[in-house]
Amino acid sequence: MASRWVKSPFPKGTYYFSGNEAAAEGAIAAGCRFYAGYPITPSSELMERMAVRLNEIGGVFIQMEDEIASISAVIGASWAGARAMTATSGPGFSLMQESIGYAAFTETPCVIIDVQRAGPCTGQATKVGSGDIMQAKWGSHGDYQVIALSPWSSQEMYDLTLRAFNLSEQYRVPAMVMADEAIGHLRETIRVAAKVEVWDRKKKKGGAPFDIEGEDGVPPMPSFGEGERLSVTGSTHDAYGFRKTDDPKAHARLVERINKKILNHKRSIIETEDYLLEDAEMAVVAYGFTARTSLYAVKRMRKDGTKVGMLRLKTLWPFPDEAVAEIGKKVKKIIVPEMNLGQVAGEVKKYVPCDVISLSQTNGEVIQPDTIMEMLRKI
Amino acid sequence: MVRALEKYIRPGVKSTPFCPGCGHGILMGLILRAIDDLKMDMKKMLFVSGIGCAAWIPSPHYNGDTLHTLHGRALAFATGAKLYNPDLCVMVVSGDGDLSSIGGNHLIHAARRDIDLKVICANNMIYGMTGGQAASTTPRGSKTSTTGEGNPYRPFDLCKLVEGAGATYVSRFSVTQPISLIQSIKKALLHKGFSFIEALSPCPTQFGRRNLLERPEDMIKDLIRRCILEEEAEGLTEEERAEKIITGEFLS
Repeated sequence: MASRWVKSPFPKGTYYFSGNEAAAEGAIAAGCRFYAGYPITPSSELMERMAVRLNEIGGVFIQMEDEIASISAVIGASWAGARAMTATSGPGFSLMQESIGYAAFTETPCVIIDVQRAGPCTGQATKVGSGDIMQAKWGSHGDYQVIALSPWSSQEMYDLTLRAFNLSEQYRVPAMVMADEAIGHLRETIRVAAKVEVWDRKKKKGGAPFDIEGEDGVPPMPSFGEGERLSVTGSTHDAYGFRKTDDPKAHARLVERINKKILNHKRSIIETEDYLLEDAEMAVVAYGFTARTSLYAVKRMRKDGTKVGMLRLKTLWPFPDEAVAEIGKKVKKIIVPEMNLGQVAGEVKKYVPCDVISLSQTNGEVIQPDTIMEMLRKI
Repeated sequence: MVRALEKYIRPGVKSTPFCPGCGHGILMGLILRAIDDLKMDMKKMLFVSGIGCAAWIPSPHYNGDTLHTLHGRALAFATGAKLYNPDLCVMVVSGDGDLSSIGGNHLIHAARRDIDLKVICANNMIYGMTGGQAASTTPRGSKTSTTGEGNPYRPFDLCKLVEGAGATYVSRFSVTQPISLIQSIKKALLHKGFSFIEALSPCPTQFGRRNLLERPEDMIKDLIRRCILEEEAEGLTEEERAEKIITGEFLS
């Protein structure tokens, strides 16, 4: 298993892309050659661009009958050898959860982009929200891990989609890009490099596809049609895919490994960014679009002499516990602005001794810098 | 299973998982006979199944690639694999509840797309694995663990359903018509497009014992008596016809 550098399929240069378009290009750059999806606002432009681009470069695009079928087709294609993805929004993400659990348990690489909108339920289809953060981690039944990334720009819709594919292939795990409506529809300049780094899934002829091979805990993954006579099942299975539905040891061992293979590598998976935190007495912990308005607010407060900084979470799952704990030791108060009722604030509280104030907003609009500054002044 | 077919069974597989009198073991063998007759390359065959008794026909028993998926979703998984690698011969073997109840939407859409998938629906007219509840294929009046007074609703005619949705090869045979069923599976394997075979399979454990067909041979005899060809049905009165099951190739 290794990464390699390949020529970018999109010519090097700067482009004016919406977040959704940039994510599609990031996927193509990562080697994605299979897309299955179902229309849903505010993610549809991503699917439309994939339909055009995969047709141009000779990949497979299919519009399925619903989101359950979409993610299921993605998993089927992944086992047939594809780097495969789907994109959706809240209601579709809910429908996909059972299959996401299947992908986690069968260790199937796949990428899901959730362009979040204001939920619950149908909610406000064209408005922004970030209420799917906990669902990304806990949406399917049972104990499993996923990787979830949080972009804050069109550039990161490109970069983090590419990274999601790489992490997904490297660790054989579903990887999610937890975007939101504001990022999906934001148009700005992105840079595309001449070469991109892509990861290939590990191969080993005759190797056990469902048990530990090597130190990383990630087994090799053959594809259908390679003569490996694979047995893939979403029931508890042994190293070669035989069902073990009443063997307590087999179940415990498998559940433990699919969790550990991610948690043991969380340091190389998790990315965060510090802003003005060196002497900070207060910190804002933010992610996604809200990190943009938060940073603006933090810089304005700095001008007024307030010692405030920001920690941006580029990775949401596995949760950046160490980075958060580090900040918690330095500052007296942390505020967590987010477009839900405190989903990440609750996580932050687990790892810090200081006060954590949740700045929730669930009105379908982005959180304005003024709102954040007002809160920072108040505390 | 005869010795000659053992090469199609995955090494390490032990006894059949099916109840005594279940028709799925017969179907398991008939599919392999069709594959053997056509000298199919098992290394290029992918068997996809959902959840339920019938989903265990291929998984893990068949010695090709097997993909045992989620309840109802076999066709969606199969669609993805076949589209990405068209060189695979993709056969979906699953039950009536899996393919036509929880997976009904995927069934009609896969038929509509006419993607080259060979679907064998083992129809035992009941949910066997979960304890004998009514399915979308349970005949009106039949007793199940959720219809103690008899099923009040009409069952699907699966062949008409997929034909209406756009399937390009459609047949129905019972495991009591093994030669016809093998021939039909061979035709489906050679057909390019969405093929659908409804294979009637007795479930004495869950269906028979609630419907006066307690012993396995009672169910077998009942199927032999009731399964007739389309042309045989022509001279029958409506009453005589009502209890028969019309078998044959409906679209090829």
